[in-house]
Amino acid sequence: MTNPETAQHAASTDPREELVEHLPALRAFALSLTRNGSAADDLVQDSIVKAWKNIEKFEVGTNMRAWLFTILRNTFYSDRRKAKREVADVDGIFAAGLSEKPAHDGRLAMNDFMVAFAELPDEQREALILVGASGFSYEEAAVTCGVAVGTIKSRANRGRKRLGELLQLSDDENLEMTDRATMAVVNAGSMSVSFNK
Amino acid sequence: MDQEKPKSSAESQIEENLRRVYQQRLEEDVPDRFLSLLQQLKEQDSPDDKS
Repeated sequence: MTNPETAQHAASTDPREELVEHLPALRAFALSLTRNGSAADDLVQDSIVKAWKNIEKFEVGTNMRAWLFTILRNTFYSDRRKAKREVADVDGIFAAGLSEKPAHDGRLAMNDFMVAFAELPDEQREALILVGASGFSYEEAAVTCGVAVGTIKSRANRGRKRLGELLQLSDDENLEMTDRATMAVVNAGSMSVSFNK
Repeated sequence: MDQEKPKSSAESQIEENLRRVYQQRLEEDVPDRFLSLLQQLKEQDSPDDKS
């Protein structure tokens, strides 16, 4: 994927030409922050304009994706502050827009996952998406978010833990995902049910 | 890179779902509005540049 010729080529061309390649990743990251499809695309649009106008601040040869993600998250947080809206507008598009595959095989239902993920604090969502999904190293994620590496690690760990709680995932081997309704009945019916260890 | 592979079943399910969520969006076609935005920016930027 990264060969020297590409790097040379990139150095000799306008870095703005490269923006288009990062659009899918920007949209994916934006959605994880806003949890709202149209807000995500508005955020991407604003970020692209900012990146375009500030392209001279981008150091050619460095990680453009990380640079763009930084712009995007800064835009997200500053918009939020301006709007003085602490509660994000979660409209369900985040979950509903994803194609649903029933989890017959013990995998998590995607929708349950999305709902739980949307409940996490912003900083945990972004840490998880950066290191868990987009393939950033902890170091890159830390630079992108302007915090220490340890902070990213602890945010990601707290996010995983919280997701596990929300989804009632057990750390034991061989966990069996029973749907929540069944679990609720089981739990309500016999509080003293003993689990296999 | 130092991707620390999660060991537990719960964590690996979480990681797998995170990747699926992200991947799904990645694979969507980028809406035209972004391509035309880039085009517009390009035109605004260099109205009299050789192109």
